[in-house]
Amino acid sequence: MLQFLREPWPWWVAGPLIGLMVPALLLLGNKTLGISSTLRHICAAVLPARISYFQYDWKKESWNLIFVCGILLGAMVAATGLANPNNMVISPQLVTDLAANNIHPAKALAPAEIFSWSQLFTMRSFLMIVVGGFLVGFGTRYAGGCTSGHSIMGLSNLQWPSLVATLCFMGGGWVMANYILPVILAL
Amino acid sequence: MAPLNQSSQVPQAPKEYRQAKSMSDNLDFEVRSLDTMGMNESQLSHPAWHLLKYLAMGFIFGLVLVKAEVVSWYRIQEMFRFESFHMYGVIGSAVVVGAISIALIKKFKWRTIYGEPVRFYPKKFSIGQVLGGLLFGFGWAMTGACPGPLYALIGSGITVIVVSLFSAIVGTWVYGWMRQHLPH
Repeated sequence: MLQFLREPWPWWVAGPLIGLMVPALLLLGNKTLGISSTLRHICAAVLPARISYFQYDWKKESWNLIFVCGILLGAMVAATGLANPNNMVISPQLVTDLAANNIHPAKALAPAEIFSWSQLFTMRSFLMIVVGGFLVGFGTRYAGGCTSGHSIMGLSNLQWPSLVATLCFMGGGWVMANYILPVILAL
Repeated sequence: MAPLNQSSQVPQAPKEYRQAKSMSDNLDFEVRSLDTMGMNESQLSHPAWHLLKYLAMGFIFGLVLVKAEVVSWYRIQEMFRFESFHMYGVIGSAVVVGAISIALIKKFKWRTIYGEPVRFYPKKFSIGQVLGGLLFGFGWAMTGACPGPLYALIGSGITVIVVSLFSAIVGTWVYGWMRQHLPH
């Protein structure tokens, strides 16, 4: 059993469990699944700066912040007690393309050649970690939700604006991963 | 991208509404409808320890995100390069299960464990879902993480993602700061 749990979980286990978050949060207390909203709550709590967008009672949404604390703890357990002992299995085409940029996948979920403190101030890592992070925060708020809020919660509730948002997430990601990232990775 | 002269078309809520005490009291419908995600729709208040159930839910969510490698930069690249079915399977089956669950809740009028009716809010279309969606798509492919995985990656030990999380908070703040000048 423990051996099975340590293996990477297949999509047909993970997907339904993620989907069940939607009714679980609704039935536990009328909460709609969404995570990018926590970034807004943090702004409202730390530096509202008289900006009307941050003038609300963030404490009423504290469940959302507790929820992401849980994500952090769950991830910690998954990466220690239930860590996969083997290297990541990655598509051969991606391995070839990354090798050309001196990136060699190992056990880590993200390439250490980019996502590590020692690399932070190289051009490609700075762009991907800092600028990428900024785009995640700015874009999700402008779009009114992220993968959890729009793609899982919104689509589950059959909201067509969420479908538009999801298609744009995919479109932006497709352009970046196929046309812009190869240039950044070669920096 | 954002013509500044459109700012006059964005309705500005009266001051008393901007100072509203809570999100549910906030009558600025534009702000509210753009952000009905991750919200507390409950009108009840409970002792703080009741929040622990959300810690437990988050724990399961984080565990699944890491164990299914949904938070992996490589899996995100494979998804956007159409080299693996994994992420499509995860998101697709999550939506199917979520949609069936919501249909059941609506059909049988299931209530919360506190007896409240479950509330749903429709999403209003905004051009922000297109423009912001594309920008988020760029960021998702670069960091390999959407907001949930940002927290999960930090927990999984890739601590430099703290910098991405901080950048994302700054990005959110900058959006709030300039949102009246952006087309919505």
